[in-house]
Order: sequence, then C-alpha cells, then structure tokens
Amino acid sequence: MSVLIFIDQADGHVKKSSLEVLTYGAKLASQLGVAAEGIVLGTVSDDIAALGKYGVSKIHHVSNNLLDHVDAQVYAKVIAEAANASGASIIIFSHNQTGKAVAARVAARLKAGLVAGACALPDTTNGFVVKKTVFSGKAFANVSINAPIKVISLNPNSYTTIAGEGTATINALHIAVDTPKVKVTAVNKVTGEIPLTEADIVVSGGRGLKGPENWGILLDLAKELGAATACSRPVGDAHWRPHHEHVGQTGVQIAPNLYIAIGISGAIQHLAGVNRSKVIVVINKDPEAPFFKAADYGIVGDAFEVVPQLTAEIKKLKAAN
Amino acid sequence: MKILVCVSKTPDTTSKIAFTDGGTKFDEAGVQWIINPYDEWYSLVRAIELKEKDASVSITLVNVGGADAEPIIRKALALGGDEAIRINTDSSDPYYIAAQIAAVAKAGSYDLIFTGKETIDYNGSSIGGIIAELIDVPYISLATKFELIGTTATVTREIEGGEEVAEVALPLVVSCQKGVAEQRIPNMRGIMAARTKPLKVNEPEAIEALTNIVSFELPPAKAGVKLVAPDNVAELVRLLHEEAKAI
Ligand SMILES: Cc1cc2nc3c(=O)[nH]c(=O)nc-3n(C[C@H](O)[C@H](O)[C@H](O)COP(=O)(O)OP(=O)(O)OC[C@H]3O[C@@H](n4cnc5c(N)ncnc54)[C@H](O)[C@@H]3O)c2cc1C
Repeated sequence: MSVLIFIDQADGHVKKSSLEVLTYGAKLASQLGVAAEGIVLGTVSDDIAALGKYGVSKIHHVSNNLLDHVDAQVYAKVIAEAANASGASIIIFSHNQTGKAVAARVAARLKAGLVAGACALPDTTNGFVVKKTVFSGKAFANVSINAPIKVISLNPNSYTTIAGEGTATINALHIAVDTPKVKVTAVNKVTGEIPLTEADIVVSGGRGLKGPENWGILLDLAKELGAATACSRPVGDAHWRPHHEHVGQTGVQIAPNLYIAIGISGAIQHLAGVNRSKVIVVINKDPEAPFFKAADYGIVGDAFEVVPQLTAEIKKLKAAN
Repeated sequence: MKILVCVSKTPDTTSKIAFTDGGTKFDEAGVQWIINPYDEWYSLVRAIELKEKDASVSITLVNVGGADAEPIIRKALALGGDEAIRINTDSSDPYYIAAQIAAVAKAGSYDLIFTGKETIDYNGSSIGGIIAELIDVPYISLATKFELIGTTATVTREIEGGEEVAEVALPLVVSCQKGVAEQRIPNMRGIMAARTKPLKVNEPEAIEALTNIVSFELPPAKAGVKLVAPDNVAELVRLLHEEAKAI
C-alpha cells in the first residue's frame, strides 16, 4: 500500500500545483505510515529527483513522448497501470485542468472512490473522510470513501507547499502507451501572463471601471504586485477583457492569497468564484455594495482616484524593503 | 446521429446554502431548482444547434434523479430535446451517477455525449470522465468550442495556461463550458411541445456507490471588513503588509 502522486508538467516544467499535491500526498502517506511516490509522464526538463524535498522517496517516470500532450484516455491507462504496478491504493491529483481531464477516468478504471475538489487532508481516524468544497465554495462536504482504492484531486492553492530535504530516486517505468485518438492540431498558451489559478495575488475589475479603455490603472497595479488579472462576468461578456479572465460561479474559481476587487458589486455568483481567497480587498464607491460583507479590508471610494494611489504606495513599500 | 445530453438539477445560483438534520442534509426550504447552468446554457444548446443544422440528429436527455427532477427535465425538453430518460435514483457519488448514465449510453449507442463542465452543487467535474472510461471512448474536458463535420469533431478545450485545438472521431464524451454556445430562453411553442415529448423512467442498475457524504459545513463567518479612508491609502498598504502579510 502506498500513495501515488501525479506530478503535472507542461512543456517539461513541473507545475506549482504539483508541489502542493506532493506536499499533501507525502503528509497523507506519513499520517498512514506508508510510502509516498510520484509519477510523471512525458518529456521533462526540470530536475525531478529534486522533488524529493517535498517528501516523496521515489518518482516513476514514463518518458514516452506520446505523453507530451495530456490525453485523458491514454493518461488514465498509464497511471492506472502504474498504480497497480507500484501497489498504490491512494492516488492524488491536482484539481486543475489536467486533473479534471484525467482523475475521474483513473478512478473509473480502478473502480476507486473519488473525491474531486478536496481542500484538506483526509481524516483517517475512523474510516477515510475527505473534506471538499461544494456549492461553488459556499460550503464544504465531508465525504467518506468506502472503496479500497481511493482517488483524490486537491483544489489548487488550498494546501501550503512545504519543502524539506531529500532527493527522490527515479524509476524509469516501461508501460505500453497507446496512440491518442485525439489529434492535437494547435496549442495556444496565454504567454507573458501569470495563470489565474496559480496566482498568489489577483487584481480584478468590474463594470465600475466603465470601459476597457480604463483598464490601465488596474494593469499598473497588477504589474506592481506581480498579480494576475481577472474580471466580473459582464466585463468578460462585453469583451472589455478576454473571457478566460472571468471569475465566478460560471467562470474560473480561484483561491489566491490576496484578491483585490475594483468596481465589482459582489453578486453572489461572483463571490462563488473568489470566496476561497485568503484576504479580500474591496474598492467600491458604494458603501452598500454587497462585496464589503465578504471583504477583509475595504475602501469606499472612487476607483479612479484610489487605485493609482494604491499602486504608488505599493511602489513605496517595495522601495523601503 | 444520436446525442445524449446529461442534465442535472441544481439549486438556483442565488440560493441560500444551509443544512438541516445536524448538518447532514441540504436545506431545501425556499430553494428554486434549475437545470445546472453548464448543462443548459452550453451542452444542451450546442446539441440543439447541431440538430438545427442536421435534421437527422436526435437528442436524448438523461437525468439521474427522483420525480422532483421532472420540472427541470420538462424545461430542458422545452428548449429542444426530443425525449428524456430519468433514472429513478439519487446519489452524491460520482461513480454511481456516471455508471447509471454509462449504462444508458451503452444501451442506446450514442455518437456523442455532452455534460456540463461541472454541476454548481457538487463541483466535481468528474461525470464525463467516468462515463468516457466506462464506455471506453475519448473524453474532451472543459470544451470551449465544438464543431462537427461528418463524424469528426473539432474541439477547443481549456488546458493548463491556455487552450488546445484537437480533432477526434466520434463516439466521444465532451464536457462543455462557456464558449460552446449561448444561453437560450424556451419559447411558448417549445413549452407546449415539451408536455407531450416522451419522458421515460428507468429503474437504476445495481451499482455500488463508492463514496457518501457524511456531513456538510459552512465556512467560518468573516470577522467583518476593516474600512480605510479613501485619502489614507498608505494605511491599507500597511495593513496588507504588516497585519494580513498578503504583500
Ligand atoms: C446564473 C448566473 C451566473 C452568474 N455567474 C457569474 C460569474 O461567474 N461571475 C460574475 O462576476 N458574475 C456572474 N453573474 C452575474 C452577477 O449576478 C452580477 O451581475 C455581476 O457579477 C456584476 O458584475 P459587476 O460587479 O462588474 O457589475 P455591477 O453589479 O454593475 O457592479 C459595478 C460596481 O462598481 C461600483 N462602481 C461604479 N463606479 C465606480 C467607481 N468609479 N469606483 C469604484 N466603484 C465603482 C458600483 O458601486 C457597483 O458596485 C451571474 C449571474 C447569473 C444569473
């Protein structure tokens, strides 16, 4: 019995969410007194042995270049076989785009009980109960997994990465890889931007900014903070900003350390996408805006005056430190 | 061409989320039920568009749920499905639900199966993947575009840090999100027609649930907002740096 952790990579680089699942999986393994092992698929350029510092003793690598693109069907077969070969009874994924494509298939293949969207370590004192977010972050469910094999996918940004010491041994795994039935014809990466779901800080704008021509003040603030940018749904719908920036119940769900909402009213559907943020700052000229009820800090004021000052003050802070 | 569209019943997005029976049951008092928005706005509408282009397309809706799901199934039929199957059981276990749908999918040999990207209650994003695995066909997760020429689909899907365009032959399972189609409102004719469209009730297959919900919890209430005067932005930065340690 062991815990197998899926290490997601893109273009050879290990994703930040993978470090979270490694830390989480290793912690779960030590809680159960079993080994924690990783698995990585495709061509990698990062030093994967160094991932041992997150608590895994061994990393299985299937280096076949048919695995350079994530294909749910092909990946599921390889991961399920690796789980069987290594005697894993718990398999951990990130609940990111890759996890959403692959984890459920792996679970079905192994007839494993699945908890998708976990947000805490399982309680294993009496059975195996995993806490997950439900109702778009408005509540949690404690889910008991009753099958011998278990698959968990962990919400990104919900478990703190801890690096210790150690190197993992790499085990080259030879598993037959099918040719994907899905033929990828183009990949369009959003370049030069921090992916929204991985960002520590997110600066977000709503209809209060009046029009796309006014986004400069928000982009300046985001740049100063090294933040990703987001928007409310009407802003995405009106094409003021690209639709992949739309956060909320029907958009991207995020959980950054800091979420700064500018000119956003805080409708319940918007909150559903951002309420897992650790600290929420709201800048809105209407003191009655519902967002203030969900905020940690707020300024009742005109965004066009407040935001440039905020950027300037952050610049000062950075200069002083 | 046969399309199977999965429709789930979820609480309206403005519903107050509360629990009863010592936190073990969702409090349904005053809750309005809707078709899961991803199912309604994207997968169902895209299926209808495909049928509008090609009259030989038939659309079957499938729901796993009790009799109380019938109003939302009728609404989906009013939007445009040809017939519906309700599998008369309820569960929160993704494997159990998906395996019920997979049994319907196998029996009806559908060319295309659509789900929403997730339901807005359990947020698992797992039903499509499980169905695809159980019937052994490709799975396109988080699609933002879906085109069909003959029996080959061209799809755009969300991946880590961007999107990917791919071609794949049917049969296929696709989970749909924003971009695939635009929301529609049912019209009077559709509502009238939906009343007489077939809605078949199947008893569930004997499948074992692999998980169950033990209890629910609400997040701890926020301590309350700390307001800073608009002419004192420096104070906000100080608080974020020293107190919240967020910058
Ligand atoms: C089923 C459903 C799903 C939905 N899903 C989503 C979703 O995923 N994400 C989402 O965001 N919305 C979603 N919505 C829409 C949501 O209900 C709100 O309509 C939307 O979030 C409002 O966007 P907003 O806050 O940008 O605009 P508004 O509600 O118009 O708010 C603008 C705010 O800006 C403030 N303001 C104006 N001028 C200034 C200024 N100069 N300085 C500072 N503040 C100013 C105003 O006081 C106001 O509070 C959904 C709705 C439905 C029905």
